[in-house]
Amino acid sequence: MALEAVKPGRITIEKDFSPSPFMQILVPLIAVILALAICGLFLLLSGQDPFAAYSKMFFGVIGTSYGMTETILKAIPLMLAGLGLGLAFRMRLWNIGGEGQLHMGAFAATGVALFMPDYPIWVVLPLMFLAACFAGGVWALLCAVPRAYLGVNETITTLMLNYVAIFWVDYLVYGPWKDPEGFNFPLTATFSESATLPALAGSRIHFGLIIGLIMAVILYVVIYKTRWGYEIRVIGESEPAARYAGMNIRRQIILVMFVSGALCGLAGMSEVSGLVHRLRPGFSPGYGYTAIIVAWLANLNPLATVVVAVLFGALETGGYIIQTSGISANLVSVIQGTLLFFVLGGEILVRYRIRLAKPAVSAGEDSA
Amino acid sequence: MNTPCLVEMHGISKRFPGVKANDSVDLRLFAGEIHCLLGENGSGKSTLMTILSGLYKPDAGQLFIHGAPVTFHSPRDAIRAGIGMVHQHFKLVETFTVAQNIVLGDRKLSFVPNMDQVESALADLSRRYKLAIDPKARVWQLSVGERQRVEIVKMLYRGCETLILDEPTAVLTPQETRELFSILREMADQGKAIVVITHKLREVMEIADRVTVLRKGHKVAEYTRGSFSEAQLARAMVGKEIISRIRRQPSNAGEEVLRLEKVAAFNDSGGRLESVSLSVREGEIFGIAGVAGNGQRELAEVISGLRRISQGSIYINGVDMTGSSIRQRISAGISYVPEDRLGTGLVPGLGIVENVILKGYHTPAYSLGPFLKRRDALSKSMELVSKFNIFASSLESPVSMLSGGNLQKLLLAREFSSDPKLIVAVYPVRGLDIGATDAVHRLIIEEKEKGAAVLLISEDLDEVLKLSDRIGVLYEGRLAGPVNREDTDIEELGLMMMGASGEVASGGIGSC
Repeated sequence: MALEAVKPGRITIEKDFSPSPFMQILVPLIAVILALAICGLFLLLSGQDPFAAYSKMFFGVIGTSYGMTETILKAIPLMLAGLGLGLAFRMRLWNIGGEGQLHMGAFAATGVALFMPDYPIWVVLPLMFLAACFAGGVWALLCAVPRAYLGVNETITTLMLNYVAIFWVDYLVYGPWKDPEGFNFPLTATFSESATLPALAGSRIHFGLIIGLIMAVILYVVIYKTRWGYEIRVIGESEPAARYAGMNIRRQIILVMFVSGALCGLAGMSEVSGLVHRLRPGFSPGYGYTAIIVAWLANLNPLATVVVAVLFGALETGGYIIQTSGISANLVSVIQGTLLFFVLGGEILVRYRIRLAKPAVSAGEDSA
Repeated sequence: MNTPCLVEMHGISKRFPGVKANDSVDLRLFAGEIHCLLGENGSGKSTLMTILSGLYKPDAGQLFIHGAPVTFHSPRDAIRAGIGMVHQHFKLVETFTVAQNIVLGDRKLSFVPNMDQVESALADLSRRYKLAIDPKARVWQLSVGERQRVEIVKMLYRGCETLILDEPTAVLTPQETRELFSILREMADQGKAIVVITHKLREVMEIADRVTVLRKGHKVAEYTRGSFSEAQLARAMVGKEIISRIRRQPSNAGEEVLRLEKVAAFNDSGGRLESVSLSVREGEIFGIAGVAGNGQRELAEVISGLRRISQGSIYINGVDMTGSSIRQRISAGISYVPEDRLGTGLVPGLGIVENVILKGYHTPAYSLGPFLKRRDALSKSMELVSKFNIFASSLESPVSMLSGGNLQKLLLAREFSSDPKLIVAVYPVRGLDIGATDAVHRLIIEEKEKGAAVLLISEDLDEVLKLSDRIGVLYEGRLAGPVNREDTDIEELGLMMMGASGEVASGGIGSC
């Protein structure tokens, strides 16, 4: 039998049941600073001056009207898709298929635009809107229905359908929908005036921003003030409790995934109709994926999603701006990843607390 | 006491997040005694024994075995020092034989173990302590009581001098309990020290040579046999005088509310409910006794609509509701207090207000068109919180922060405030302290007096006998009984719990 004193000063981690609001703001802030510091180190190692790079990014975004405009333009699809994905995540439906649903939305909107060029704007735009919602929604339903009835894992199915959707758009623009007057470039014809989302006050920023803001407010009200939102929150928190209360979980899976896909589809429509004015391959630099991060960093709160989407828009724009000093725009992906890492890690710090245990009484002093 | 002190725990403290589970607790165990460790749930008795068995390390304090200070780094160290623990949930491999289970993890074993030798050693042990056990039997064939004996033999085989049993009677029938107690007595007589963790006063009175009472992590009393009474123990355990003011009122049964006719259902692991028929009337409490896992959960779920039945029919107030949805049953006045309070009965991450409306959120009381009537929900919540004495720091913060007793009061508040016709309550006081238990019992009786039909499912025979007007017993998915409360006793119910038909009134219990 070993005679041994308990080692002094152990570190224990315990759950903090009432995190203070101060910590809830402070911790994410520190997380952002740490993420920037780590990426700065990374920059330093690759022979760049991190302060110069960051200040160029910052002032390039904040200080120029180009930077501001680009930021908002990139925020629009992130916002719409982030709202959609956040709704699904709230019910613990892991919809990773935002990118595919966004492509299908863009495809459907383009279809309406190409085949109804001569109708007035108040006919074409609403039709494009509905078509994009429907296409994105149906694309999500392809995963929601097997999930609801057979328990098929939606993470995998939504992810795989992304590739299908992207290749479908590629096929169309390289093939049947290629602009006959486009010198064989893989592009559709430019949309007519009536298929174009109006710009706001002479800038390049288009009406998609208004749609995004309206959707955010609607979703906020739906989630926190309505019966439907209440059901979503209960199901997300505890499925047995939802069943116990007599909620129809299957129907909710299908409905929520449809709305989630529809919002991502809208993101696709607002891109082609508001910004690109045609369908072309690679029109989305992975907005559907970045939106996953946006939704989580916003803690699935619709209003916060708007704010985070703008921040990410700025980050993306900053990435383009620093390319002129020879830094890869991929740095932005590194920053995004690091950010997510630190913010989620910081979540744990908010909810738990590290305590240094007092040295235990050792055997020698005690065995009288 | 002249016998040598086998184990001494000195000044043991252990902290968990938010609680001090043990606060400088002293405990001494002597060879040849049965020592009861008494306390309510959360008083720190399991923590203390988990420290002694080497699973947890204390934050402060020292262990002495035979007078020498020791530090355990793992349960293996504890076993080497002669301390073994039988946990509430047995740790046995079902497809192995008894002998194989017993040598599992034994490092002294040769690469190709000589099982004959092991088996004969086990036979010796079994003779010596009068512990009937077949070393060649496979564990899945054994009853719960027999499995418990396997765990005990395992510890004896490893040479334990101190044996700790965590709530050993929770899974046993009264007869099996008596058998266990005589085995424990035999072992103590032969020089072992036995620790029984319990919260049942009756058991302490029956077997304890000495008893240590813990309350909120502190040791509050220590008595030797003959120097304590049940009332004294209760006072030490709770910290104040508890007079149970619950007296069963004679039943004033009216119309039939619930009728099951030959109901059968499957459960998740393939077991089932078989041909269960029963009827519960207004103003009556129908108790379902039986060892947990014999179909109790299935029965409750079948009535509330959470589980589909494969045969039979269910009538509520004379209406056939066999195929009705959960929500239809809720609006027919069925209220269900599930076994799993937090997670099924209540949503852990939502606040009190949002849990109060869990069942009624879609009714005009709490919603207007698609919108929730937040103000009405809030005022209802405030009303329930004050009426049911629920202690909560906020109506909005997650209910997972409430204590067990407050959770159950909140659940009952919601369920009973809708004036239910039928209440199905499963283990309604499990894990609650004496004060909360009393409160819950009072609430159930109040509902009965208001004319509700109550189906009370419990594993505690005392509870069933205290509250019920008629009693049935579930055993392997079949219902034995019912018998009238006046015509039965703990002995008969115990026999029914083991599958003996006794003087069973209705059919349903066949051969066994």
